[in-house]
Amino acid sequence: MSIARFWRETPRRYNLGGSKCTICGTVYFPPRAVCPTCPRHRQTLEKMVPFQLTGDGEVFSFTVVHDAAEGFDMQVPYVMALVTTVEGPILTGQVVDVTPEEVHIGLKVRATFRKLREEGKAGVIHYGYKFSPAVDSDVRPPVRGPAVPSEATTPAPSDRAPA
Amino acid sequence: MREVAVLGVGQTKFGELWDRSFREIGIEAGLQALVDAKLGSGDLGGLFLGNMASGTLLDQEHIAPLILDYAGLAGRHLPAVRVEGGGASGSLALHQGFLAVASGHYDFVVVGGAEKMTDVPDTTANEIISSTADHEWEVVFGATLPALWGLIARRHMHEFGTTREQLARVAVQMHENASKNPLAHYRNKLTLAQVLGAGGVAEPLGVLDCAPLSDGAAAVVLGPLEVARKYTDTPIRIAASEVACDTMAVQHRASVTTLESTVVAARRAFARARRAPADVRVAEIHDAYTISALLALEDLGFVEKGRAGPEFESGRFAPGGSLVINPSGGLKAQGRPFGAVGVAQVVELVRQLRGESKERQVSGATLALAHDVGGTGATSAVHLLERAN
Repeated sequence: MSIARFWRETPRRYNLGGSKCTICGTVYFPPRAVCPTCPRHRQTLEKMVPFQLTGDGEVFSFTVVHDAAEGFDMQVPYVMALVTTVEGPILTGQVVDVTPEEVHIGLKVRATFRKLREEGKAGVIHYGYKFSPAVDSDVRPPVRGPAVPSEATTPAPSDRAPA
Repeated sequence: MREVAVLGVGQTKFGELWDRSFREIGIEAGLQALVDAKLGSGDLGGLFLGNMASGTLLDQEHIAPLILDYAGLAGRHLPAVRVEGGGASGSLALHQGFLAVASGHYDFVVVGGAEKMTDVPDTTANEIISSTADHEWEVVFGATLPALWGLIARRHMHEFGTTREQLARVAVQMHENASKNPLAHYRNKLTLAQVLGAGGVAEPLGVLDCAPLSDGAAAVVLGPLEVARKYTDTPIRIAASEVACDTMAVQHRASVTTLESTVVAARRAFARARRAPADVRVAEIHDAYTISALLALEDLGFVEKGRAGPEFESGRFAPGGSLVINPSGGLKAQGRPFGAVGVAQVVELVRQLRGESKERQVSGATLALAHDVGGTGATSAVHLLERAN
C-alpha cells in the first residue's frame, strides 16, 4: 500500500476520529459524508461533524485467527473482535494483552495505539488501534496517538468524560 | 419486459486445473452451453462474463473480449462485458444478461463465469479474496474473509445456541452431495470428527468449514422464452433475477447475524415470481463457510431466524427431503472458483429442473432457487428458475 494511502487515514486509525450527524445525533466510525440513518439523507451532506470516540467498549463477537492476513503471520494465533464502543459504532480490531482463552463476548476493552504490521523489510509500518482489556482503576487518557487536527466541533480532550 | 429462458448450460470440472488456462476453461464452458442450446453463434447478441479478480490472479484485465476472441467470435465484433461483484460476480453477470434479453435489446446472450485461482500461491489468493471485504476498516486490522465469517459464526452461536457440531454438519452433507458430482472439486466424504478435528482457520471455523480455492468456469445461454421451444424441449424460465446490497463491512450491519442483502433479494424475488419459500424444492445456496449456509437458510426464509443449526442437523435439507440444499455439493465441496459460482449454481439447477441430474436428481423439482453472496454480504443475488410449461 502506498504511504499516502495509509497516511491519509491516520486521524481515524491513530485517534478514532469519527463523525456525528447533527440532525439525528448518530455517531459513525469511520466518518461518513452523509448520514445513513436520517430518512432524507441528502440533507445531511453538510451536517456531519467530526466526533472522536473514547475507545471504550466491549467485545460483541470474536474469532481466533490461525490463518493470518498478510503481514500478520508472526502474530498467530491472534484474536479479532467486533467491539461495540460506548458511543455506538462497532469497530473491527485485534484484542491483545490477553490470551485467546480469556476473551469472551461482553469483555470490557479499551482501544490502544499499536503497531499493526510492516510491509516487508523496507515497507511502510502500519499503526492503528487494537483493543486490550479495560481495567476499572485505569484512568489513562484515551488519546494515545498524535492529536486530531483541531476542528471547532471536535470536543477538546478535557471535555471527554474520564473512562 | 420479455420473459427470459435458459436455453443451454455448460460447466468445466472444478478443482486445481493446473494443466488448463483461464481462456481454455472459459471457452470450454461457453461453447458447451452454445452446443447445448443448439444455437448458432450467428444468433448471439453478446457476452456477459462474471469474474472477480483476473487482474490480481492472472495479471490480465479486459478478459471479456479475450474469451470472446478465443471462442472464435472476435470477427463478429459482439459486445463482451465483464461484471464484478466479489464472490457474486457470476450472479451479477447473469442479472445483466437477464436484463439485456428482457429489455429486448439482445435476443440471445451467453452469460459466463470463470475464475482461475491456483496460478498464484494460496497466501496471495487468500489476500485477494479478503479484498472483497472492506480493506481499509477490516482487512488492515488483521481480518480475513474467513475471520469475518468467524465473527458472524461466534455471534450466531451466542445469540441462538448454534453449536460447533451443527456447523460441521453442513460440511459433511456438502461432501456427501458432491460425492455424486463428477465435476466437483472434492468427491471424498467427510466424517463429523474429521471436520471438528481439522486445523483452525478462524475459530469457530476450521479448515474443513471453508470452501476451497478452485479453478473453474460455467456458462448459460439466455434467450426470449417465447422462442425457447425452437431450441430446447425443456426451456427453463427465469422467474426472478434480483440483486440487493448492504454495508461493505460487517461492523456496520444492522444485525451481524443476518445478511439483509439476502433477505431483501429473496423477498423481491419471491414477490416478482409470486411464489413463496415453501414452493422451492431444490436450492443452491452460498455455503462458502459452514456458517454462511446456516445464515442463508434463515435469510432466504426457509427456516425461522436462529433455527438453521438444529433444522439442518435434522437432515431435512439432505437429498430425499422436501427441500434439497446444494445437490452439487455447493461451494464447500463442488468448489469455489469465485466468479464462476453464481453461474454454476444455475447450471446445476437447470439440469435438475430438466431431470438430467442422474444420481443426484431431486425428484419433483419444479421451482429452484440460486443464492450467491459477495464478500460478507455486501452483495446478494437470488434467482428463481422453473420449468416452462
